[in-house]
Amino acid sequence: MGLLSSSVALARYRVDGKLEEPVLETVAESLQRHVIGDIDGNAAEKAVGWTSFETPYRPDFAGSSLVIGAYFVFALRVDKKAIPRGVIRKYCAAEEARELARTGARYLAREEKRRIRAQVEEGLLLTIPATPNIFDVIWHYEAGELWLCSTLKEANEALETLFYRTFHLSLIRLFPFTLAELSAKLSSSEHDRLLALSPTSLRG
Amino acid sequence: MLDIAVAFSRYRFLGPEFLTWLWYAIETDPDGIKAAAMGRGLLTVGDRIVLESSADQPAERVTITGENADLGEGIVALKKGALVAELRLHYMAGDQEWRFSLKGDTLALMGLKTPRSVPVESPDEVEGAVVDKVGLCDEVVRLLDSLFLRFIKLRVSERWREKAVSGIKAWIKAARP
Repeated sequence: MGLLSSSVALARYRVDGKLEEPVLETVAESLQRHVIGDIDGNAAEKAVGWTSFETPYRPDFAGSSLVIGAYFVFALRVDKKAIPRGVIRKYCAAEEARELARTGARYLAREEKRRIRAQVEEGLLLTIPATPNIFDVIWHYEAGELWLCSTLKEANEALETLFYRTFHLSLIRLFPFTLAELSAKLSSSEHDRLLALSPTSLRG
Repeated sequence: MLDIAVAFSRYRFLGPEFLTWLWYAIETDPDGIKAAAMGRGLLTVGDRIVLESSADQPAERVTITGENADLGEGIVALKKGALVAELRLHYMAGDQEWRFSLKGDTLALMGLKTPRSVPVESPDEVEGAVVDKVGLCDEVVRLLDSLFLRFIKLRVSERWREKAVSGIKAWIKAARP
């Protein structure tokens, strides 16, 4: 679900720190350095990288409008290859039968079966295309706020890791405690009371 | 600041308490809610509520859903000590309408449907559509922040134990399942 979909999911973050000036060039260059790579035709199972908002299947930050209004708008892309278990089992069975016929043995050792499975998986990964998953990112740089258009745990974890690797800035996920700490402008006594809070029973 | 993972787990209860208070406040203090919405709109409970009883192991979940959902089951769950884990809300401002779900533990917005923005028919229109859509989403984000600020200020004050808790308990007790 992207930003322009009829139904949007939003996870909110606070960005801790600022980038080197000129900021626009720093953002564009940093995104380009960690752009999504093409894993079709190689044995990689998964790729995580940035892509452009408007052309997510042809990532190119130079030509895309990275800045829209007051925001940097781009996307996180997670490409994954998923081989159905049944397919792996089928190819392993055929490979194991071939190996038994070749060696004349009655059984295969566990280690041998493992080697065959790894070989089969690698062969299949070379042939199947990766499925791209695209999650839009809206970064209000001046306000230090960022939205990811997904609440999937995997997407949020991928964003947090890649964002730090790309910009050397930490993302702080806004959930009740962090929202209270970072946005509620509590006095020091209120903050002390926040830290000391424990659950309340509201049983009627 | 505390380690994020530690803080998330240790203060996880704040989200369900916030959503339970929000349901109570919508029902009993519409003017206060309207003030939190800067007087712009009307916030009402939508067609889905998920309640969770954290005292039970494993946690018991009650989901109430549907256009004409009977919230009575939710009241029964509250009476047993459950709190709201997820709440679908409906916000009207003028002739504009937003629908969204709030998840208690993360405060993530899910299924956010904003007022219809201009459809994108050519690449030239993308920029305007993005600015428009971000603005519409931001309206809900600011509303959420304003409501949460109201809650957390209350939660860390003496008024929470002295007034709010007894008010919520009385509301739950008086509500008919």
